[in-house]
Amino acid sequence: MTETSNDMLLVGLAVLGLLFLASIGGEVLRARLAADETHPTVETYLTRVQSWWFMAGCAVFALLTGPWAIVLLFAFCSFAALREFLTLTTKTKADHWALVAAFYVILPGQYALVWFNQTGLATTLIPVYAFLFLPILSALRGAGKAFLERISETQWALMICVFCASHVPLLIGLEIEGYGERSLLLIAWLVLIVQLGDLMEYFAGRRIGKRKIASEISPKTLEGIACGTLFAMAAGALLSWITPFNPLQAAIMAAPVFLVGVGGNLVLASIKTDRGIRNWGHLIPGQGGFVDQLDSVFFAAPLFYHMTRFFWTT
Amino acid sequence: MRAFLAVVTGQILAIFCRFITAVRADWRGIEPVRRQRIYYANHTSNADLPLIWTVLPPLMRRETRPVAAADYWLKNKLRAFAGGEVFRAVLIDRRKEHQDADPIDKIVAALDEGASIIIFPEGGRNRSEDPLMPFKAGLYNIAKARPGVDLVPTWIDNIASIMPSGEIIPVPLACTVIFGAPLHVEENEDKDGFLNRTSAALLELIPTRDDT
Repeated sequence: MTETSNDMLLVGLAVLGLLFLASIGGEVLRARLAADETHPTVETYLTRVQSWWFMAGCAVFALLTGPWAIVLLFAFCSFAALREFLTLTTKTKADHWALVAAFYVILPGQYALVWFNQTGLATTLIPVYAFLFLPILSALRGAGKAFLERISETQWALMICVFCASHVPLLIGLEIEGYGERSLLLIAWLVLIVQLGDLMEYFAGRRIGKRKIASEISPKTLEGIACGTLFAMAAGALLSWITPFNPLQAAIMAAPVFLVGVGGNLVLASIKTDRGIRNWGHLIPGQGGFVDQLDSVFFAAPLFYHMTRFFWTT
Repeated sequence: MRAFLAVVTGQILAIFCRFITAVRADWRGIEPVRRQRIYYANHTSNADLPLIWTVLPPLMRRETRPVAAADYWLKNKLRAFAGGEVFRAVLIDRRKEHQDADPIDKIVAALDEGASIIIFPEGGRNRSEDPLMPFKAGLYNIAKARPGVDLVPTWIDNIASIMPSGEIIPVPLACTVIFGAPLHVEENEDKDGFLNRTSAALLELIPTRDDT
Protein backbone atom coordinates (compact mmCIF):
# COMPACT_ATOMS: atom_id res chain seq x y z
CA MET A 1 0.00 0.00 0.00
CA THR A 2 1.39 3.37 -1.00
CA GLU A 3 1.56 6.38 1.25
CA THR A 4 -1.16 8.13 -0.75
CA SER A 5 -3.71 5.39 -0.43
CA ASN A 6 -2.82 5.03 3.23
CA ASP A 7 -3.65 8.67 3.81
CA MET A 8 -6.75 8.34 1.70
CA LEU A 9 -7.90 5.41 3.78
CA LEU A 10 -7.36 7.42 6.97
CA VAL A 11 -9.35 10.37 5.63
CA GLY A 12 -12.05 8.02 4.39
CA LEU A 13 -12.30 6.29 7.75
CA ALA A 14 -12.48 9.65 9.52
CA VAL A 15 -15.35 10.75 7.24
CA LEU A 16 -17.21 7.49 7.75
CA GLY A 17 -16.63 7.85 11.51
CA LEU A 18 -18.19 11.33 11.45
CA LEU A 19 -21.17 9.98 9.51
CA PHE A 20 -21.53 7.20 12.04
CA LEU A 21 -21.75 9.79 14.80
CA ALA A 22 -24.28 11.79 12.75
CA SER A 23 -26.42 8.68 12.25
CA ILE A 24 -26.29 7.73 15.92
CA GLY A 25 -27.17 11.29 16.93
CA GLY A 26 -30.23 11.21 14.68
CA GLU A 27 -31.35 7.81 15.90
CA VAL A 28 -31.03 8.97 19.51
CA LEU A 29 -33.19 12.01 18.74
CA ARG A 30 -35.75 9.77 17.05
CA ALA A 31 -35.75 7.29 19.96
CA ARG A 32 -36.42 10.10 22.42
CA LEU A 33 -39.74 10.86 20.73
CA ALA A 34 -42.87 9.09 21.91
CA ALA A 35 -43.74 5.92 20.00
CA ASP A 36 -46.52 7.45 17.89
CA GLU A 37 -44.76 10.74 17.24
CA THR A 38 -42.65 11.79 14.27
CA HIS A 39 -40.72 15.00 14.15
CA PRO A 40 -40.29 16.46 10.64
CA THR A 41 -36.91 18.08 11.40
CA VAL A 42 -35.51 14.82 12.76
CA GLU A 43 -36.84 12.87 9.79
CA THR A 44 -35.38 15.39 7.31
CA TYR A 45 -32.09 15.24 9.16
CA LEU A 46 -31.99 11.45 9.00
CA THR A 47 -32.84 11.44 5.29
CA ARG A 48 -29.99 13.86 4.77
CA VAL A 49 -27.57 11.75 6.76
CA GLN A 50 -28.53 8.79 4.58
CA SER A 51 -27.78 10.82 1.48
CA TRP A 52 -24.43 11.82 2.99
CA TRP A 53 -23.59 8.18 3.54
CA PHE A 54 -24.22 7.49 -0.09
CA MET A 55 -22.31 10.53 -1.40
CA ALA A 56 -19.36 10.04 0.96
CA GLY A 57 -19.33 6.37 0.05
CA CYS A 58 -19.10 7.21 -3.66
CA ALA A 59 -16.42 9.84 -3.09
CA VAL A 60 -14.25 7.65 -0.86
CA PHE A 61 -14.63 4.71 -3.22
CA ALA A 62 -13.63 6.86 -6.21
CA LEU A 63 -10.66 8.34 -4.34
CA LEU A 64 -9.40 4.88 -3.41
CA THR A 65 -9.96 3.53 -6.92
CA GLY A 66 -7.84 6.17 -8.58
CA PRO A 67 -7.83 9.25 -10.81
CA TRP A 68 -10.00 7.77 -13.56
CA ALA A 69 -12.80 7.09 -11.07
CA ILE A 70 -12.63 10.67 -9.80
CA VAL A 71 -12.78 12.06 -13.34
CA LEU A 72 -15.75 9.80 -14.09
CA LEU A 73 -17.51 10.71 -10.84
CA PHE A 74 -17.23 14.44 -11.53
CA ALA A 75 -18.21 13.97 -15.16
CA PHE A 76 -21.39 12.34 -13.90
CA CYS A 77 -21.96 15.14 -11.35
CA SER A 78 -21.54 17.67 -14.16
CA PHE A 79 -23.99 15.75 -16.32
CA ALA A 80 -26.63 15.62 -13.59
CA ALA A 81 -26.08 19.26 -12.65
CA LEU A 82 -26.22 20.46 -16.26
CA ARG A 83 -29.43 18.51 -16.77
CA GLU A 84 -31.01 20.18 -13.74
CA PHE A 85 -29.76 23.60 -14.77
CA LEU A 86 -30.79 23.49 -18.42
CA THR A 87 -34.23 22.23 -17.45
CA LEU A 88 -34.87 25.72 -16.10
CA THR A 89 -33.21 27.92 -18.68
CA THR A 90 -34.89 29.73 -21.55
CA LYS A 91 -34.71 27.69 -24.75
CA THR A 92 -36.59 27.05 -27.95
CA LYS A 93 -36.49 24.49 -30.69
CA ALA A 94 -33.73 26.47 -32.40
CA ASP A 95 -31.37 25.68 -29.51
CA HIS A 96 -31.71 21.93 -29.87
CA TRP A 97 -28.38 21.41 -31.66
CA ALA A 98 -26.57 23.71 -29.25
CA LEU A 99 -27.96 21.76 -26.30
CA VAL A 100 -27.12 18.44 -27.91
CA ALA A 101 -23.56 19.70 -28.48
CA ALA A 102 -23.32 20.92 -24.87
CA PHE A 103 -24.25 17.51 -23.48
CA TYR A 104 -22.64 15.13 -25.93
CA VAL A 105 -19.59 17.06 -27.19
CA ILE A 106 -18.55 19.79 -24.77
CA LEU A 107 -19.14 17.88 -21.53
CA PRO A 108 -17.29 14.66 -22.48
CA GLY A 109 -14.67 16.77 -24.29
CA GLN A 110 -13.97 18.81 -21.19
CA TYR A 111 -13.50 15.71 -19.03
CA ALA A 112 -11.32 14.05 -21.67
CA LEU A 113 -9.09 17.15 -21.58
CA VAL A 114 -9.03 16.93 -17.79
CA TRP A 115 -8.09 13.26 -17.95
CA PHE A 116 -5.22 13.94 -20.36
CA ASN A 117 -4.28 16.95 -18.23
CA GLN A 118 -4.47 19.38 -21.17
CA THR A 119 -4.67 22.39 -18.88
CA GLY A 120 -4.52 24.95 -21.66
CA LEU A 121 -7.42 23.51 -23.60
CA ALA A 122 -9.38 22.57 -20.49
CA THR A 123 -9.41 26.19 -19.40
CA THR A 124 -10.41 27.50 -22.86
CA LEU A 125 -12.79 24.89 -24.29
CA ILE A 126 -15.88 26.33 -22.61
CA PRO A 127 -15.01 30.01 -22.07
CA VAL A 128 -13.71 30.39 -25.64
CA TYR A 129 -14.81 27.65 -28.01
CA ALA A 130 -18.24 26.78 -26.60
CA PHE A 131 -18.81 30.49 -26.05
CA LEU A 132 -18.26 31.20 -29.74
CA PHE A 133 -19.66 28.10 -31.41
CA LEU A 134 -22.86 27.25 -29.54
CA PRO A 135 -24.50 30.61 -30.38
CA ILE A 136 -23.56 30.01 -34.03
CA LEU A 137 -25.47 26.71 -33.90
CA SER A 138 -28.51 28.43 -32.44
CA ALA A 139 -28.33 31.18 -35.05
CA LEU A 140 -28.12 28.61 -37.86
CA ARG A 141 -31.26 26.93 -36.58
CA GLY A 142 -33.25 30.12 -36.93
CA ALA A 143 -32.35 32.37 -33.98
CA GLY A 144 -35.76 33.67 -32.88
CA LYS A 145 -37.06 35.37 -29.78
CA ALA A 146 -34.97 36.12 -26.67
CA PHE A 147 -31.83 35.02 -28.51
CA LEU A 148 -29.36 36.73 -26.19
CA GLU A 149 -31.09 35.39 -23.07
CA ARG A 150 -31.05 31.87 -24.47
CA ILE A 151 -27.42 31.75 -25.52
CA SER A 152 -26.30 33.47 -22.31
CA GLU A 153 -28.19 31.07 -20.09
CA THR A 154 -26.84 28.03 -21.91
CA GLN A 155 -23.30 29.39 -21.62
CA TRP A 156 -23.78 30.15 -17.95
CA ALA A 157 -25.03 26.64 -17.28
CA LEU A 158 -21.94 25.20 -18.98
CA MET A 159 -19.59 27.50 -17.08
CA ILE A 160 -20.99 26.53 -13.68
CA CYS A 161 -21.89 22.89 -14.15
CA VAL A 162 -19.03 21.78 -16.40
CA PHE A 163 -16.20 24.32 -16.46
CA CYS A 164 -16.14 25.12 -12.74
CA ALA A 165 -16.95 21.57 -11.68
CA SER A 166 -14.14 20.14 -13.81
CA HIS A 167 -11.58 22.14 -11.82
CA VAL A 168 -12.00 19.61 -9.02
CA PRO A 169 -10.52 16.66 -10.98
CA LEU A 170 -8.14 19.10 -12.74
CA LEU A 171 -6.37 19.29 -9.36
CA ILE A 172 -5.04 15.77 -9.97
CA GLY A 173 -2.77 17.05 -12.72
CA LEU A 174 -1.06 19.74 -10.64
CA GLU A 175 2.65 19.13 -10.30
CA ILE A 176 3.74 20.26 -6.89
CA GLU A 177 7.34 19.78 -5.82
CA GLY A 178 7.77 17.22 -3.05
CA TYR A 179 4.08 16.32 -3.18
CA GLY A 180 4.43 13.78 -5.92
CA GLU A 181 1.47 11.64 -6.82
CA ARG A 182 -0.57 12.77 -3.86
CA SER A 183 -2.55 15.55 -5.54
CA LEU A 184 -5.66 13.35 -5.39
CA LEU A 185 -5.72 14.24 -1.71
CA LEU A 186 -6.19 17.93 -2.58
CA ILE A 187 -9.66 16.97 -3.79
CA ALA A 188 -10.50 15.36 -0.48
CA TRP A 189 -9.23 18.47 1.32
CA LEU A 190 -11.23 20.89 -0.86
CA VAL A 191 -14.51 19.01 -0.70
CA LEU A 192 -14.18 18.37 3.04
CA ILE A 193 -13.49 21.94 4.11
CA VAL A 194 -16.23 23.38 1.90
CA GLN A 195 -18.82 20.86 3.06
CA LEU A 196 -17.79 20.97 6.75
CA GLY A 197 -17.80 24.78 6.67
CA ASP A 198 -21.27 24.75 5.09
CA LEU A 199 -22.51 22.40 7.77
CA MET A 200 -21.12 24.55 10.57
CA GLU A 201 -22.49 27.69 8.93
CA TYR A 202 -25.92 26.03 8.81
CA PHE A 203 -25.96 24.95 12.45
CA ALA A 204 -24.40 28.12 13.86
CA GLY A 205 -26.72 30.24 11.72
CA ARG A 206 -29.74 28.44 13.17
CA ARG A 207 -28.52 28.75 16.75
CA ILE A 208 -27.01 32.20 17.04
CA GLY A 209 -27.67 33.79 13.65
CA LYS A 210 -29.25 37.26 13.74
CA ARG A 211 -28.10 39.48 10.91
CA LYS A 212 -29.20 38.08 7.57
CA ILE A 213 -26.89 38.99 4.71
CA ALA A 214 -29.43 38.51 1.90
CA SER A 215 -32.80 38.03 3.55
CA GLU A 216 -34.75 37.84 0.29
CA ILE A 217 -33.02 34.78 -1.05
CA SER A 218 -31.29 32.96 1.75
CA PRO A 219 -31.44 32.39 5.51
CA LYS A 220 -27.66 32.80 5.76
CA THR A 221 -26.47 35.08 8.57
CA LEU A 222 -23.27 36.95 9.31
CA GLU A 223 -22.80 34.97 12.51
CA GLY A 224 -23.28 31.65 10.74
CA ILE A 225 -20.81 32.54 8.01
CA ALA A 226 -18.23 33.74 10.55
CA CYS A 227 -18.50 30.43 12.45
CA GLY A 228 -18.38 28.49 9.19
CA THR A 229 -15.24 30.32 8.07
CA LEU A 230 -13.47 29.70 11.38
CA PHE A 231 -14.51 26.07 11.31
CA ALA A 232 -13.35 25.63 7.70
CA MET A 233 -10.00 27.21 8.61
CA ALA A 234 -9.63 24.93 11.63
CA ALA A 235 -10.60 21.85 9.61
CA GLY A 236 -8.22 22.95 6.84
CA ALA A 237 -5.35 23.29 9.29
CA LEU A 238 -6.16 19.98 10.97
CA LEU A 239 -6.13 18.25 7.58
CA SER A 240 -3.03 20.04 6.34
CA TRP A 241 -1.03 16.80 6.64
CA ILE A 242 -2.70 15.55 3.45
CA THR A 243 -1.79 18.75 1.54
CA PRO A 244 1.46 20.42 0.55
CA PHE A 245 0.55 23.36 2.84
CA ASN A 246 1.63 23.83 6.45
CA PRO A 247 -1.22 24.31 8.98
CA LEU A 248 -1.09 28.11 8.83
CA GLN A 249 -1.06 28.16 5.02
CA ALA A 250 -3.91 25.66 4.97
CA ALA A 251 -6.02 27.85 7.26
CA ILE A 252 -5.30 30.90 5.09
CA MET A 253 -6.26 28.96 1.93
CA ALA A 254 -9.45 27.63 3.54
CA ALA A 255 -10.96 31.06 4.28
CA PRO A 256 -11.34 32.48 0.74
CA VAL A 257 -12.19 29.05 -0.65
CA PHE A 258 -15.02 28.66 1.84
CA LEU A 259 -16.25 32.23 1.40
CA VAL A 260 -16.45 32.04 -2.39
CA GLY A 261 -18.41 28.82 -1.87
CA VAL A 262 -20.89 30.71 0.30
CA GLY A 263 -21.11 33.29 -2.47
CA GLY A 264 -21.84 30.52 -4.96
CA ASN A 265 -24.65 29.27 -2.80
CA LEU A 266 -26.15 32.78 -2.73
CA VAL A 267 -25.86 33.17 -6.50
CA LEU A 268 -27.63 29.90 -7.19
CA ALA A 269 -30.24 30.69 -4.55
CA SER A 270 -30.93 33.95 -6.41
CA ILE A 271 -31.54 31.99 -9.60
CA LYS A 272 -33.87 29.60 -7.77
CA THR A 273 -35.82 32.52 -6.28
CA ASP A 274 -36.10 34.13 -9.70
CA ARG A 275 -37.34 30.92 -11.32
CA GLY A 276 -39.72 30.22 -8.42
CA ILE A 277 -38.33 26.86 -7.37
CA ARG A 278 -37.14 25.54 -4.03
CA ASN A 279 -34.73 22.89 -5.25
CA TRP A 280 -32.90 22.20 -8.49
CA GLY A 281 -33.92 18.58 -8.59
CA HIS A 282 -35.03 15.59 -6.61
CA LEU A 283 -32.26 13.06 -7.05
CA ILE A 284 -30.66 13.42 -3.62
CA PRO A 285 -33.31 12.66 -0.97
CA GLY A 286 -33.54 15.39 1.67
CA GLN A 287 -31.14 17.69 -0.21
CA GLY A 288 -32.76 18.38 -3.56
CA GLY A 289 -30.63 18.15 -6.65
CA PHE A 290 -26.95 17.94 -7.55
CA VAL A 291 -26.73 21.70 -8.01
CA ASP A 292 -28.15 22.27 -4.50
CA GLN A 293 -25.54 19.97 -3.06
CA LEU A 294 -22.52 21.10 -5.05
CA ASP A 295 -23.09 24.84 -5.62
CA SER A 296 -20.39 25.89 -3.14
CA VAL A 297 -17.90 23.32 -4.47
CA PHE A 298 -18.48 24.54 -8.04
CA PHE A 299 -17.59 28.10 -7.06
CA ALA A 300 -14.71 27.17 -4.78
CA ALA A 301 -12.96 24.77 -7.17
CA PRO A 302 -11.54 27.23 -9.76
CA LEU A 303 -10.33 29.59 -7.04
CA PHE A 304 -8.66 26.80 -5.10
CA TYR A 305 -7.15 25.37 -8.27
CA HIS A 306 -5.62 28.66 -9.36
CA MET A 307 -4.42 29.61 -5.87
CA THR A 308 -2.66 26.27 -5.53
CA ARG A 309 -1.27 26.48 -9.04
CA PHE A 310 -0.02 30.02 -8.56
CA PHE A 311 1.63 29.56 -5.19
CA TRP A 312 2.72 25.94 -5.21
CA THR A 313 3.54 24.72 -8.68
CA THR A 314 6.90 25.30 -10.21
CA MET B 1 -36.70 -16.09 -27.24
CA ARG B 2 -38.36 -13.07 -28.79
CA ALA B 3 -40.41 -12.57 -25.64
CA PHE B 4 -37.23 -12.62 -23.55
CA LEU B 5 -35.59 -10.20 -25.95
CA ALA B 6 -38.62 -7.93 -25.65
CA VAL B 7 -38.39 -7.87 -21.85
CA VAL B 8 -34.65 -7.11 -21.98
CA THR B 9 -35.17 -4.38 -24.59
CA GLY B 10 -37.90 -2.91 -22.39
CA GLN B 11 -35.59 -2.81 -19.39
CA ILE B 12 -32.76 -1.23 -21.36
CA LEU B 13 -35.16 1.35 -22.73
CA ALA B 14 -36.42 2.17 -19.22
CA ILE B 15 -32.86 2.57 -17.92
CA PHE B 16 -31.99 4.78 -20.90
CA CYS B 17 -35.06 6.96 -20.25
CA ARG B 18 -34.10 7.33 -16.63
CA PHE B 19 -30.52 8.19 -17.52
CA ILE B 20 -31.54 10.90 -19.97
CA THR B 21 -34.44 12.47 -18.11
CA ALA B 22 -34.20 11.29 -14.49
CA VAL B 23 -37.93 10.91 -15.03
CA ARG B 24 -40.01 11.09 -11.90
CA ALA B 25 -43.61 10.05 -11.36
CA ASP B 26 -45.87 12.35 -9.40
CA TRP B 27 -48.81 10.20 -8.24
CA ARG B 28 -50.95 13.17 -7.39
CA GLY B 29 -54.45 11.79 -7.85
CA ILE B 30 -53.95 8.02 -7.75
CA GLU B 31 -51.79 5.43 -6.07
CA PRO B 32 -49.37 3.27 -8.08
CA VAL B 33 -51.39 0.11 -7.51
CA ARG B 34 -52.59 -2.63 -9.82
CA ARG B 35 -56.00 -1.55 -10.96
CA GLN B 36 -57.46 -1.33 -14.40
CA ARG B 37 -57.10 2.18 -15.76
CA ILE B 38 -57.13 4.22 -18.93
CA TYR B 39 -54.23 6.66 -18.79
CA TYR B 40 -54.81 9.51 -21.22
CA ALA B 41 -51.87 11.78 -21.89
CA ASN B 42 -50.62 14.76 -23.86
CA HIS B 43 -48.61 13.84 -26.94
CA THR B 44 -45.82 16.04 -28.25
CA SER B 45 -43.02 13.65 -29.06
CA ASN B 46 -42.15 10.06 -29.78
CA ALA B 47 -40.56 9.87 -26.36
CA ASP B 48 -43.93 10.26 -24.60
CA LEU B 49 -44.86 6.62 -24.64
CA PRO B 50 -41.51 5.26 -23.37
CA LEU B 51 -41.58 7.82 -20.56
CA ILE B 52 -44.99 6.87 -19.17
CA TRP B 53 -43.99 3.28 -19.60
CA THR B 54 -40.76 3.85 -17.65
CA VAL B 55 -42.41 5.40 -14.60
CA LEU B 56 -44.98 2.64 -14.23
CA PRO B 57 -43.84 0.06 -11.66
CA PRO B 58 -42.79 -3.15 -13.50
CA LEU B 59 -45.84 -5.13 -12.43
CA MET B 60 -48.20 -2.46 -13.71
CA ARG B 61 -46.09 -2.06 -16.85
CA ARG B 62 -46.74 -5.67 -17.78
CA GLU B 63 -50.50 -5.13 -17.55
CA THR B 64 -50.56 -1.85 -19.45
CA ARG B 65 -50.87 -1.58 -23.22
CA PRO B 66 -50.53 1.63 -25.19
CA VAL B 67 -52.84 2.48 -28.05
CA ALA B 68 -50.60 3.38 -30.96
CA ALA B 69 -50.78 4.16 -34.64
CA ALA B 70 -50.28 1.14 -36.89
CA ASP B 71 -49.10 3.32 -39.78
CA TYR B 72 -46.17 4.41 -37.58
CA TRP B 73 -45.36 1.24 -35.67
CA LEU B 74 -45.53 -1.20 -38.59
CA LYS B 75 -43.30 0.85 -40.87
CA ASN B 76 -40.23 -1.37 -40.37
CA LYS B 77 -39.18 -4.52 -38.53
CA LEU B 78 -37.58 -2.68 -35.61
CA ARG B 79 -40.66 -0.59 -34.96
CA ALA B 80 -42.89 -3.62 -35.31
CA PHE B 81 -40.80 -5.42 -32.71
CA ALA B 82 -40.86 -2.43 -30.34
CA GLY B 83 -44.55 -1.71 -30.81
CA GLY B 84 -45.79 -5.26 -30.92
CA GLU B 85 -43.57 -7.07 -28.47
CA VAL B 86 -41.90 -4.55 -26.17
CA PHE B 87 -44.90 -2.29 -25.62
CA ARG B 88 -47.51 -4.85 -26.74
CA ALA B 89 -49.38 -1.94 -28.31
CA VAL B 90 -52.97 -2.07 -29.43
CA LEU B 91 -52.32 -1.00 -32.99
CA ILE B 92 -54.87 1.26 -34.62
CA ASP B 93 -54.68 2.35 -38.22
CA ARG B 94 -55.47 6.02 -38.51
CA ARG B 95 -56.12 5.65 -42.25
CA LYS B 96 -59.76 4.77 -42.76
CA GLU B 97 -59.21 2.61 -45.85
CA HIS B 98 -56.80 0.31 -43.99
CA GLN B 99 -59.01 -0.40 -41.01
CA ASP B 100 -60.01 -4.03 -40.77
CA ALA B 101 -62.02 -3.60 -37.60
CA ASP B 102 -63.49 -0.71 -35.66
CA PRO B 103 -60.56 0.71 -33.63
CA ILE B 104 -62.78 1.26 -30.61
CA ASP B 105 -63.70 -2.43 -30.61
CA LYS B 106 -60.03 -3.38 -30.55
CA ILE B 107 -59.37 -1.13 -27.56
CA VAL B 108 -62.45 -2.33 -25.70
CA ALA B 109 -61.39 -5.93 -26.37
CA ALA B 110 -58.01 -5.17 -24.76
CA LEU B 111 -59.80 -3.68 -21.75
CA ASP B 112 -61.98 -6.77 -21.49
CA GLU B 113 -58.85 -8.90 -21.36
CA GLY B 114 -57.95 -6.98 -18.21
CA ALA B 115 -55.27 -4.69 -19.62
CA SER B 116 -54.85 -1.07 -18.66
CA ILE B 117 -54.55 1.33 -21.58
CA ILE B 118 -52.38 4.32 -22.42
CA ILE B 119 -54.02 6.56 -24.97
CA PHE B 120 -53.14 9.90 -26.54
CA PRO B 121 -56.59 11.40 -27.15
CA GLU B 122 -55.31 14.26 -29.32
CA GLY B 123 -54.99 11.69 -32.06
CA GLY B 124 -51.46 12.65 -33.05
CA ARG B 125 -48.47 14.65 -31.99
CA ASN B 126 -49.18 18.20 -30.96
CA ARG B 127 -47.09 20.58 -33.10
CA SER B 128 -49.07 23.68 -32.21
CA GLU B 129 -48.22 26.37 -29.68
CA ASP B 130 -51.13 25.35 -27.44
CA PRO B 131 -50.46 22.89 -24.62
CA LEU B 132 -53.22 20.55 -25.86
CA MET B 133 -55.10 20.06 -29.12
CA PRO B 134 -58.85 19.29 -29.04
CA PHE B 135 -59.48 15.65 -28.12
CA LYS B 136 -60.84 13.19 -30.69
CA ALA B 137 -64.08 11.38 -30.01
CA GLY B 138 -62.29 8.07 -29.32
CA LEU B 139 -61.82 8.71 -25.63
CA TYR B 140 -65.54 9.38 -25.23
CA ASN B 141 -66.52 6.22 -27.10
CA ILE B 142 -64.18 4.07 -24.99
CA ALA B 143 -65.39 5.66 -21.76
CA LYS B 144 -69.01 5.07 -22.84
CA ALA B 145 -68.30 1.45 -23.70
CA ARG B 146 -66.63 0.68 -20.37
CA PRO B 147 -67.84 3.37 -17.94
CA GLY B 148 -66.53 1.55 -14.85
CA VAL B 149 -62.83 1.92 -15.74
CA ASP B 150 -60.92 4.84 -14.19
CA LEU B 151 -59.81 7.51 -16.64
CA VAL B 152 -56.54 8.94 -15.36
CA PRO B 153 -55.27 12.26 -16.77
CA THR B 154 -51.51 11.97 -17.28
CA TRP B 155 -49.42 15.05 -17.97
CA ILE B 156 -45.90 14.61 -19.35
CA ASP B 157 -43.96 17.71 -18.45
CA ASN B 158 -41.03 19.17 -20.39
CA ILE B 159 -40.83 16.46 -23.01
CA ALA B 160 -41.20 18.99 -25.83
CA SER B 161 -37.78 20.46 -25.05
CA ILE B 162 -36.14 17.07 -24.57
CA MET B 163 -37.08 15.90 -28.03
CA PRO B 164 -38.85 18.48 -30.16
CA SER B 165 -40.74 16.89 -33.03
CA GLY B 166 -38.47 16.25 -35.97
CA GLU B 167 -35.36 15.77 -33.83
CA ILE B 168 -33.75 12.38 -33.25
CA ILE B 169 -31.25 13.02 -30.46
CA PRO B 170 -32.82 13.67 -27.05
CA VAL B 171 -31.34 16.42 -24.87
CA PRO B 172 -31.02 15.28 -21.27
CA LEU B 173 -33.44 17.42 -19.28
CA ALA B 174 -35.45 16.60 -16.20
CA CYS B 175 -38.94 15.30 -16.84
CA THR B 176 -41.95 14.60 -14.65
CA VAL B 177 -44.99 12.46 -15.38
CA ILE B 178 -47.97 13.64 -13.33
CA PHE B 179 -50.96 11.38 -12.72
CA GLY B 180 -54.19 13.20 -11.79
CA ALA B 181 -57.37 12.09 -10.05
CA PRO B 182 -59.50 9.56 -11.97
CA LEU B 183 -62.60 10.62 -13.91
CA HIS B 184 -65.62 8.75 -15.24
CA VAL B 185 -68.16 9.52 -17.91
CA GLU B 186 -71.37 10.68 -16.31
CA GLU B 187 -74.81 9.42 -17.23
CA ASN B 188 -76.32 11.47 -20.04
CA GLU B 189 -73.08 13.41 -20.50
CA ASP B 190 -72.67 14.42 -24.13
CA LYS B 191 -69.50 14.01 -26.15
CA ASP B 192 -68.38 17.65 -26.17
CA GLY B 193 -69.02 18.17 -22.48
CA PHE B 194 -67.05 15.04 -21.63
CA LEU B 195 -64.13 15.86 -23.90
CA ASN B 196 -63.93 19.40 -22.48
CA ARG B 197 -64.01 18.08 -18.93
CA THR B 198 -61.29 15.48 -19.48
CA SER B 199 -59.16 17.97 -21.40
CA ALA B 200 -59.52 20.56 -18.62
CA ALA B 201 -58.53 17.95 -16.01
CA LEU B 202 -55.35 17.25 -17.96
CA LEU B 203 -54.50 20.94 -18.39
CA GLU B 204 -54.93 21.46 -14.67
CA LEU B 205 -51.96 19.18 -14.01
CA ILE B 206 -49.50 21.46 -15.82
CA PRO B 207 -47.06 22.61 -13.14
CA THR B 208 -46.77 26.32 -12.61
CA ARG B 209 -43.18 27.18 -11.85
CA ASP B 210 -44.06 28.16 -8.27
CA ASP B 211 -45.03 24.75 -6.98
CA THR B 212 -42.55 22.49 -8.67
